[in-house]
Amino acid sequence: MSGEVPLWEVFIRPRNGLSHKHVGSIHAADEVMALQAARDVYTRRGEGNSIWVVPSAAITASDPDQAAENFEPTGEKIYRHPTFYDIPDEVGHM
Amino acid sequence: MYSQGLIGADARTDETPEFLEAFQNRIDAEEKIEPNDAMPEGYRRTLVRQIGQHAHSEIVGMLPEGNWITRAPSLRRKAALLAKVQDEGGHGLYLYAAAETLGVSREEMTEELLDGRAKYSSIFNYPTLSWADIGTIGWLVDGAAIMNQIPLCRCSYGPYARAMIRVCKEESFHQRQGYEIVMTLAQGTPDQKAMAQDSLNRWWWPSLMMFGPHDGDSVHGDQSMAWKIKRFSNDELRQKFIDATVPQAEYLGLTIPDPDLKWNEEKGGYDHGPIDWDEFWRVVKGHGPMARDRIKARKKAWDDGAWVREAALAHAEKRKARKLVAE
Repeated sequence: MSGEVPLWEVFIRPRNGLSHKHVGSIHAADEVMALQAARDVYTRRGEGNSIWVVPSAAITASDPDQAAENFEPTGEKIYRHPTFYDIPDEVGHM
Repeated sequence: MYSQGLIGADARTDETPEFLEAFQNRIDAEEKIEPNDAMPEGYRRTLVRQIGQHAHSEIVGMLPEGNWITRAPSLRRKAALLAKVQDEGGHGLYLYAAAETLGVSREEMTEELLDGRAKYSSIFNYPTLSWADIGTIGWLVDGAAIMNQIPLCRCSYGPYARAMIRVCKEESFHQRQGYEIVMTLAQGTPDQKAMAQDSLNRWWWPSLMMFGPHDGDSVHGDQSMAWKIKRFSNDELRQKFIDATVPQAEYLGLTIPDPDLKWNEEKGGYDHGPIDWDEFWRVVKGHGPMARDRIKARKKAWDDGAWVREAALAHAEKRKARKLVAE
């Protein structure tokens, strides 16, 4: 079979005020057709009012094997959370 | 719609016991597995095959129903059927995309369907002879698919589970529009009611077969259950489907074509007569009444669309080149 049709990642904003969220992917020859295909495949029931399509090849992802070294250290940094600090009740809500 | 018990799984895997144990611990802790995570080869292969079969079933499933779009009895029915068939196409695309996250290409999957290596749900190798069949497919076939698919929304593989959540949300419309068609016929003239009964007679047993072989004969079920790809056994799901469907048929005044069907107070479910597994295996292996037509139609669509794919790619290249010059 000749030439593979490029893959695009599809992001949809459900309504204004919310950010675009990844919903899936689609194959299309170019960005114009990718938008049309994304509309047909991912918004048949009013799922959103705005679509982004991004070439899948343009996405750089973190390595799951490095997830521990990337993300676990923050688990120990409990002083980054407000509940780490004791404030007397008399002070009121802070 | 339209998943079937996986046909011909191959869960062999050669990783070290430590690796397999660590992986199983993640599964047991209900952690989802995502595309780039390390996973046993058997897990990957089983999912590629299952999601692929599921996607092919959605796409081939467009054919028996598409057959009736131009002959739908009213504009309302026609609009609903068009929307349903379009949904099936969409479901196929969600699922292909989920399979592609496991490192298989769309082109490979299409090739496997067209040259007969890949399987799809045996139900679509039966013909849609009357308008009532469109109702019965929605009611029974989509109904059976929903039973199969709801647990798949909790499948351990993230992209498959997410695709299934989208599919399940859309599926309920399919079953309801189907039941409404059958209800209209069942409450119509004696001829219309007979048409509905004839359709139920032809689709009942193939619908029960959609859940796959009996648990005792399903050799790959255990590993799929352990990996939480599958959550319920074939027989458990089949039982749920029968228990849910029999009262729906009674409401319509239609008779389920199984003389052995009767309520079993003790188990709180229906007992049913023997399923013709010879027929099931014949149809799965491509000897169903419509098997050749289905693949022929898919092949024609693929071949006839070749120039469109080529032209779209050529156009994209040309636009890219022009843009470069303009910059």
